[in-house]
Amino acid sequence: MQAINFLLTGVGGQGVLTSSDIVAEAGLAAGHDAKKSEIHGFSQRGGVVESHVRWAEKVFSPVSAPGEVDYLVAFEPLEAARWVGWLRPGGVVLVDPHTVDPLSVSSGDLTYPDMADIETALQARSDQVTFVHGMEIAQRLGNPRMANTVLLGTLSTYLDVPVETWLQVIGQRLKPKYVEANHTAFLEGRESRG
Amino acid sequence: MRKLLSGNEAIALGAWAAGVKFASAYPGTPSTEILENLFGYAGLKAEWASNEKVALDAAAGAALVGARALAAMKHVGLNVAADTFFSLSYTGVEAGLVIVSSDDPGTFSSQNEQDNRQYARFAKVPCLEPSDSQEAKDFVAVALDLSEEFDTPVLLRSTTRLSHSKTVVEVEIPKARPADGNGHLTFPKNPQKYVIIPAHARQRHPIVEARIRRLGEWAESAAINRLEWGDRRLGIVTTGMAYQYAREVFGGVSYLKLGMSYPLPMGLIRDFCQGVEKLIVVEELDPFFEEQIRAAGIRVDAGKDIFPMTGEFTVQIMRDVAVKAGLVGAPAPLETAEPAAVTLSLPHRPPAFCPGCPHRSVFYALRKQKLQVSGDIGCYSIGVLPPFNAMNTILSMGAGLGMAHGMGQAGVEEKFVAVIGDSTFFHTGLPALASTVYNKGVVTTIVLDNLTTAMTGGQQNPGARIEIEPVVRALGVKHVWTVDAFDQKGVEKAIKEAVAIQDEPTVVVVHGSCVLIEGYRPKPVVAVDAESCAACGVCFRVGCPAILKSEEIFTKNDKNKALIDPLLCVGCEICLQVCPFHAIYKTRVGSAAEGPATADLADTSQDVGDRQN
Repeated sequence: MQAINFLLTGVGGQGVLTSSDIVAEAGLAAGHDAKKSEIHGFSQRGGVVESHVRWAEKVFSPVSAPGEVDYLVAFEPLEAARWVGWLRPGGVVLVDPHTVDPLSVSSGDLTYPDMADIETALQARSDQVTFVHGMEIAQRLGNPRMANTVLLGTLSTYLDVPVETWLQVIGQRLKPKYVEANHTAFLEGRESRG
Repeated sequence: MRKLLSGNEAIALGAWAAGVKFASAYPGTPSTEILENLFGYAGLKAEWASNEKVALDAAAGAALVGARALAAMKHVGLNVAADTFFSLSYTGVEAGLVIVSSDDPGTFSSQNEQDNRQYARFAKVPCLEPSDSQEAKDFVAVALDLSEEFDTPVLLRSTTRLSHSKTVVEVEIPKARPADGNGHLTFPKNPQKYVIIPAHARQRHPIVEARIRRLGEWAESAAINRLEWGDRRLGIVTTGMAYQYAREVFGGVSYLKLGMSYPLPMGLIRDFCQGVEKLIVVEELDPFFEEQIRAAGIRVDAGKDIFPMTGEFTVQIMRDVAVKAGLVGAPAPLETAEPAAVTLSLPHRPPAFCPGCPHRSVFYALRKQKLQVSGDIGCYSIGVLPPFNAMNTILSMGAGLGMAHGMGQAGVEEKFVAVIGDSTFFHTGLPALASTVYNKGVVTTIVLDNLTTAMTGGQQNPGARIEIEPVVRALGVKHVWTVDAFDQKGVEKAIKEAVAIQDEPTVVVVHGSCVLIEGYRPKPVVAVDAESCAACGVCFRVGCPAILKSEEIFTKNDKNKALIDPLLCVGCEICLQVCPFHAIYKTRVGSAAEGPATADLADTSQDVGDRQN
């Protein structure tokens, strides 16, 4: 098979790393070789977090090259714009429109770009850009911190992996008491694609 | 069973499966999770040491009484442990001893990107270098066997990318872990070997030289040095993560993939060279292989003359180099749907103190009091960034105290302080403070006691069982303040009083829990009363990610009022205390970080790194 490359990005604490664990595990459960890689260190204190996942028959590098990412999953719009250059032209972008102001905006002089401009920049790279209201849905479900699970649900609709496999992987990754709520969030994410 | 494991998880599994009985480490990105994972295994003792030298000393002790042992550290940690490391090469071991060094090409969370393979050569110790998690697991067992067979400590070198990437590992849980040599542990009774006085050391040195020659012979036929014959027009000598990138870029050429970075199998390399038309050496950081291969008189067609010496390799970097050198064809250009219609200016997202961080009050005070700051390694290095800009120097672990002392002794005229975290204080701060007291230096040391080693995700340090103020007093410091980190006025007052004393050393212990440690309880969030907010901007200067610019403009100064994000606020109330207009008030709304909200898929403890608090 041709490698399938994912890049998940967001802000520290949004669940980027756990989400990418789940994508990698789902790939493995579906019979692929899978690797995932991220850096967590100094820059992740309230900073940008990005994590790569690759599925293939045999994966060598755990990190994709710019221009080779098939699925860019961004839990924050500014981060979608920051990483869109990694997307394969025509690849899929899923982005939560909920913004998290960086300190350079909230206590500095920089301005957060207009959402319309972000959308234009994303669409210049691909016509497959979808805004998934993960935060909004998760808040409605009673826990804003499940926004990432909603986006994973949407992502799953693009991939040839049975929904049961995803639910099982999520079930194995989370503490039992949180599984049911996250399953609900995941399924809402699947439906939100329409 | 096939499982996705990070390099660090795999090293821990490998150590346990190979019968390691004792493991010690000091936390440091990217090595931290090795020991964290070992805590999860039965039948071995794993513990955090106060620094890397102590960790290696303890592991050496275990190995000398006959128990397999492991010490783990980040690359710069081996600098701290180097004294022991070099002598251990001379003494050798009774049971297997593996030292894991996690290097940081790319300097993601370190002070430098030193290539610790050089330490292997320097200390004449073998070095193994895995390229994925399966090898990371397997090589631990190889290292321990080698250690016993050749009577030497063995260095296992990881990198950030290996340690923090997850790849598939075939996990076989052994029915029984290997038992210790003869089943009982005894003190070594061989002073000629283990009491390394000059007379003994002189006798050991030739043994060390002979050992490394024998290891070189072993390497010639070692299974971990693998020949992969393909297209013989190009042969690549490589190791570690560089091998994985090379496979992506160069495809089906021939590879000599070395699992042992030192000593090198020169015969094997010579044969490989003769079997290919062109030989290149692909290695991250230093030309460690390349120089030795060239020195052996083997033809190398390209190495560091085309590949970068600095930074982490990526597929992109390697491909660009290879294309430019004519080693591979250029990939097809990307076909973008349309050129970007807008050029966005993207605001950067610098690291910041978490909402509720106990360091905030200190750096707000340091900036306000315009003090010069001799800093140290930990989350508080964020104090160098806006809006605080309150740190002049950071050098190495524990260096902040000694440097401040030297600055004072040299006669610097400005008012200054040294800041150091609780874990760093126990790491190398203690001897520095003792030296200052002895030498009658005049330094104000601020110990940021957040009850954990925070930057690496929250590991315990001796501070969990040893109170800092009595230690400081016992060292002879007479003027000591212990203050609550969340009492802004108290923090400011203590620092002011301490700095005012100009004839003796002073210490201010600022006590307050890190928000990331288990059991942290956030308080109800605070909010801005927009009516009272005068858009003065003071609260923005506490550098809290939860404080945002409101869209509402205060007409008198045409500036944005403040707004607090209830999803991020944990109710530490520092902003409330600094607001001159009393426009911030307590609410009864629980923080989103509280209770079932941790249902988050996120595991914040993994979103953080670096060596210190």
